[in-house]
Amino acid sequence: MTAKTIISFENVTKRFGKVVAVDDVSLSICEGEFFALLGPSGCGKTTLLRMLAGFETPSEGRILIDGEDVSRTPPNKRPVNMVFQSYAVFPHMSVADNVGYGLMVDGVLPAERSRRVEEALALVKLEGYGGRKPDQMSGGQRQRVALARALVKRPRVLLLDEPLSALDAKLREQMRSELSQLQEKVGVTFLFVTHDQDEALAMASRCAVMNRGLLQQVATPSDLYEFPNSRFVADFIGSVNLFEGRFEVDEADHAVVRAPELSTPVYLDHGVTGGRDATVWVALRPEKIELHKRGDGQGAPALGDAPDGHNVVPGVIRHISYLGSESVYEVELDQGRRVRTLRTNLTRRDQEDFTWDEPVWLAWHACSPAVLLS
Amino acid sequence: MSKPERQAPPAPLEYLRRWPIRAWLAVVAVFLYAPLITLMAFSFNNSRRNIVWRGFTLDYYVQVFQDQGLLTAFGNSLVIAAVSTVASVILGALTALTLWRFKFPGKPALEGALALPIVVPEICMGVAMLVFFTQVIPWPTSLAWPLNLGSIIISHISFSFSFVAIVIRARLASFNRELEEAAKDLGAGEWRILRDILVPHMWPGLLAGALLAFTLSLDDFVITFFTSGPDTTTFPVKVYSMVRFSVTPEVNAASTLLIIITVVLTAIALRLQGADVAKDAAGVA
Amino acid sequence: MEENWKRAKAVFAAMAGPPVFWLAAFFLVPLGIIWAYSFGENSSLTEIAINGTFANYVHAIQPLYLGIIVKSFWFAALTTALCLVVGFPVAIAITFAPEKTKAWLLLLIMLPFWTNLLIRTYALMAVLRTEGYINFALAFLWNSLGHLTAAFGHPLAAFTPLELLHNNFAVVFGLVYVQLPFMVLPLYAALDRLDRSLLEASLDLGAGHFTTFRRVVIPLATPGIISGIIVTLIPSVGAYLTPDLLGGPESLMIANVIERQFKTANNWPFGSALSFLLMYMTFIAIAVQAMVARNRRGAAR
Repeated sequence: MTAKTIISFENVTKRFGKVVAVDDVSLSICEGEFFALLGPSGCGKTTLLRMLAGFETPSEGRILIDGEDVSRTPPNKRPVNMVFQSYAVFPHMSVADNVGYGLMVDGVLPAERSRRVEEALALVKLEGYGGRKPDQMSGGQRQRVALARALVKRPRVLLLDEPLSALDAKLREQMRSELSQLQEKVGVTFLFVTHDQDEALAMASRCAVMNRGLLQQVATPSDLYEFPNSRFVADFIGSVNLFEGRFEVDEADHAVVRAPELSTPVYLDHGVTGGRDATVWVALRPEKIELHKRGDGQGAPALGDAPDGHNVVPGVIRHISYLGSESVYEVELDQGRRVRTLRTNLTRRDQEDFTWDEPVWLAWHACSPAVLLS
Repeated sequence: MSKPERQAPPAPLEYLRRWPIRAWLAVVAVFLYAPLITLMAFSFNNSRRNIVWRGFTLDYYVQVFQDQGLLTAFGNSLVIAAVSTVASVILGALTALTLWRFKFPGKPALEGALALPIVVPEICMGVAMLVFFTQVIPWPTSLAWPLNLGSIIISHISFSFSFVAIVIRARLASFNRELEEAAKDLGAGEWRILRDILVPHMWPGLLAGALLAFTLSLDDFVITFFTSGPDTTTFPVKVYSMVRFSVTPEVNAASTLLIIITVVLTAIALRLQGADVAKDAAGVA
Repeated sequence: MEENWKRAKAVFAAMAGPPVFWLAAFFLVPLGIIWAYSFGENSSLTEIAINGTFANYVHAIQPLYLGIIVKSFWFAALTTALCLVVGFPVAIAITFAPEKTKAWLLLLIMLPFWTNLLIRTYALMAVLRTEGYINFALAFLWNSLGHLTAAFGHPLAAFTPLELLHNNFAVVFGLVYVQLPFMVLPLYAALDRLDRSLLEASLDLGAGHFTTFRRVVIPLATPGIISGIIVTLIPSVGAYLTPDLLGGPESLMIANVIERQFKTANNWPFGSALSFLLMYMTFIAIAVQAMVARNRRGAAR
């Protein structure tokens, strides 16, 4: 990567009493990234963000901004600014005073200040709202004020704590794309914390997934989804069917895993490093499993990229959730295991193709499953 | 028929629209207000017998304003209330900020000690102050006005500042700490945060606390009764000495003035900060 | 997140120092002296020797004084019960009033509470005394009735005013008058916190209003009821002005006895002991409240 590293966490650990909130995290974020810290609540992502902002000090390790150790720098002296979860718009100040507050503290002269406040308000599409009080504004508008207030200080990194969690669904959708556009426009590095995987996948250029204080995986959204490195990530991002098994074959260009819950072995079109004799898990996303008719003695379909007798299992549809654009089918295999598959309703008749209690074949391509070692 | 909503029967929880509740409220209002209103009305009554309406007069107010003893006592009361309000608000705000911001050993003890002036019966505090100011630090009564009021002022501060601390603390509890962090994040230091963020948030609490301290001081009879001397009577103590003998229109007039002052003060506070102050002040009880 | 005081010792000292000093020097020390005096005796006209005697406390539970203590409690309990009965419907009315009316009703309750206690007591004197408004109104009615009956040849006897002032009735009436707002406000605070859907659920499940109040509202409002009882009971027990101005010779309460020990009888040690008996009883009441509150919280978990 040619981009310059702007933030690095070096072996950062944070303890609250006996609780380890952040456990030996090392992470670098590059200039211009839209970076997401993703994880369930209590995973340490907010603590990591607050350490970067300066509201918590690391118990161990260092935090560097532009190569400079800021671990002990108070928040008011750091070149980062934050958009708080509650937005923390000062209720007793007008919108303009809110946005200008950081500049006033820095001693920017009034003329220059009001010019930059106007500029910042324009940036978040709040021109002319300067005289309003926060209680006259909607939640979405208050968030824009908080954004403008942080951006007006031209921070090296803008930190966003659960930026969309307080908005209703429609507005959230809209703000996602607006935030992305805003980031492109101002070119500032954005670092945001979220527990919502959709949000992270939709906005971020790169994500870090955390669980129980540990960094699980750092990757682009598509890599996280398609190439998760653990059961936790596979399960946390999107929906997945996991099957425990062991390697039967593991060559350089293909591998076969035998999973007791599946009546046929799983064939993969790539080799896997490690895990030769240990338990492994096959991860299959619902949309990557095809449904085929099995009634009236219809034989197993051949997908062509795996040897016969691989990657095809029989089952019976036990539950259908019709979701409009797609339908989710729960298929019970012979061994009693239930598998989720997903089918896009390409035509208006597609949802009528399969029905409850219908015998079906489940099939998938050799490139679809991921093998997880942990 | 023109106002169909009027005829709608009260919803299950609209108790105020049920007549027994309304009647009850009316009776309570009469109970609470009739004595005060008649007291005020008869301060304008042109009769010493004070019972039958004999026409409007301001004579008794003139008499009040000519009564040197009453005026001095009134002046004393205002000075005591003003000084003890300022001191109580400062001490109360410091207490509230300490308890809000810090974790320290002895915090429960401080909280308990702070509750004492509120729960200790007035009479006990009164006699304690009497003993304290005669045995431990006898307050020289020969000091120039208003320094001779010192012992009363000190006693008033002692019982008011806990109330103020509780009001302000309640206010601080509703403070969103992210606001403080946001200010820090934008570059503000300790002092700026206090000035720009904390004090504005505390403002209704400070005002409610000040109002409370002022009223408590102006209102206090028992504790002052034990700490005041012949030259340092306050308005309630003076009125008390008059009331003991008889009910007179002058006392009605003086009382009316004090009631008006209280109502005006309350109205000002409510006007200045709206419901917040009322809520904070109600929180005490 | 509270900050550890060690991280900013200077700020902590500057903030905590003045109030702590004030509380200790001008509140705890005076109370401490009284407490010490309660174990002493007059050694001369102006000297008090603190010799650890319990004589003052023994003196306090002699029938004469014990009677006064019991009577103080009886008055206070009666006052509290009356305030509860009178105040509960008021609190309910305020709680379920529309937002705007609610503010006015609260002001209606609070305004007397802000008014000088002495003046309120004095106002009652004017109402209750033999030449007071009540007797005046009664006399007017009586005389009108008298004229009416005289017209039929049966004149009534002259009106004798009711003795409403300077007796026990006047004291309890005055205490209720003075303490009512103290009862209504905590009751309202407790009821206002109550989730309205709980009441609606009870009504929905077929309970009537009375049952709903008995089975849902009262149990949930118990903490508020208890704190209302405490804030009414404690000041009532220690009331000085009300019995002093409205009561007669037989309506003395503890506070009046204490005052006499200090101001006229000049028996400070005995007065101190009585004061501390009053304080102990106050603390017991508060401890009981705290225990009830803790038990409830424990049970809720």
